[in-house]
Amino acid sequence: MAKVIGAVVVNNEECKGCGLCVVACPQDVLGQNKQVNSRGYHYSFMKNPEACIGCSNCATVCPDTCITVYRVKI
Amino acid sequence: MELKDIINPNNLVYEKPELLTENTMHYCPGCSHGVVHKLLAEVIEDLDIQDKTIGVSPVGCAVFAYNYIEIDWQEAAHGRAPAVATGIARTNPDKVVFTYQGDGDLASIGAAEILHACNRGENMVVIFVNNGIYGMTGGQMAPTTLIGQVTATTPNGRDVGRNGYPLKITELIAQLPGTSYVTRQSVHTPATIRKCKKAIAKAFQAALDKKGTSFVEVVSTCNMNWKMTPVKANEWMVENMFPFYVPGDLKDSSKADPESYTPLKN
Repeated sequence: MAKVIGAVVVNNEECKGCGLCVVACPQDVLGQNKQVNSRGYHYSFMKNPEACIGCSNCATVCPDTCITVYRVKI
Repeated sequence: MELKDIINPNNLVYEKPELLTENTMHYCPGCSHGVVHKLLAEVIEDLDIQDKTIGVSPVGCAVFAYNYIEIDWQEAAHGRAPAVATGIARTNPDKVVFTYQGDGDLASIGAAEILHACNRGENMVVIFVNNGIYGMTGGQMAPTTLIGQVTATTPNGRDVGRNGYPLKITELIAQLPGTSYVTRQSVHTPATIRKCKKAIAKAFQAALDKKGTSFVEVVSTCNMNWKMTPVKANEWMVENMFPFYVPGDLKDSSKADPESYTPLKN
């Protein structure tokens, strides 16, 4: 089976830090940043980028649609 | 492979639908409204009907829905969205009309409007977001509040003797002959969100095919007024809302006789 690697880009300023993407991720890629954005929310980030498979579950559950997903087959 | 090689427009698998505007939504973090707005934008984009879709926004948290999806909108008085949508649908038979309502708007103040619009079988889609509470005004009891649920106006939990029983309005609507597709969905996991998108797409397709009223209830959370984190609120919803508001199709005229209605059992 071809290996798939993915990456997500979170719009830090749009993210409201609800944490729904963190539990939706099957690979435990996302985490909530200790730092806050200009509105005071702990925005999501890729704490474990190598594990991402680009399944786009995080982007699907995101209520503010601030996640963009990329995927490559190698 | 480097991260910057993966992040390339050729490898894109998911991005914000074009119909969603750049405005940051006013909803609380983790609010289900954001997901339903996104699904609506995706469905309208997929069906390529943005130039002939007219939305009617309610009074409630979703009152500013017109700021977020780039289609034509009309704001209605509290609960009167189905009445306004009736007028729009009758004067513009070539357009696709939908209302977007919450449980206070649809099941309480607008109960008469929605029942009669569905009974007349007006050609429109109704998106009903049910979180069991009046979200915008600070979490008061709604007709859909569960028995024993704590709200701002029922601090000891909803009591049947004083506050009556929760209202399953979707079950009432499914029995009306004017409706063609009546379903109850939720948006708490990726799988249910994809299912909900299919249901919304089916409802819009039914409106395009002039089949009568399609009704999509989305059981959702109000984590701010339930006083939980978004993740806990989803768990609470699965544990407490789903046994009463059972997800599934209540009526599907494409599968069975238009008058048929199947009660959902837990």
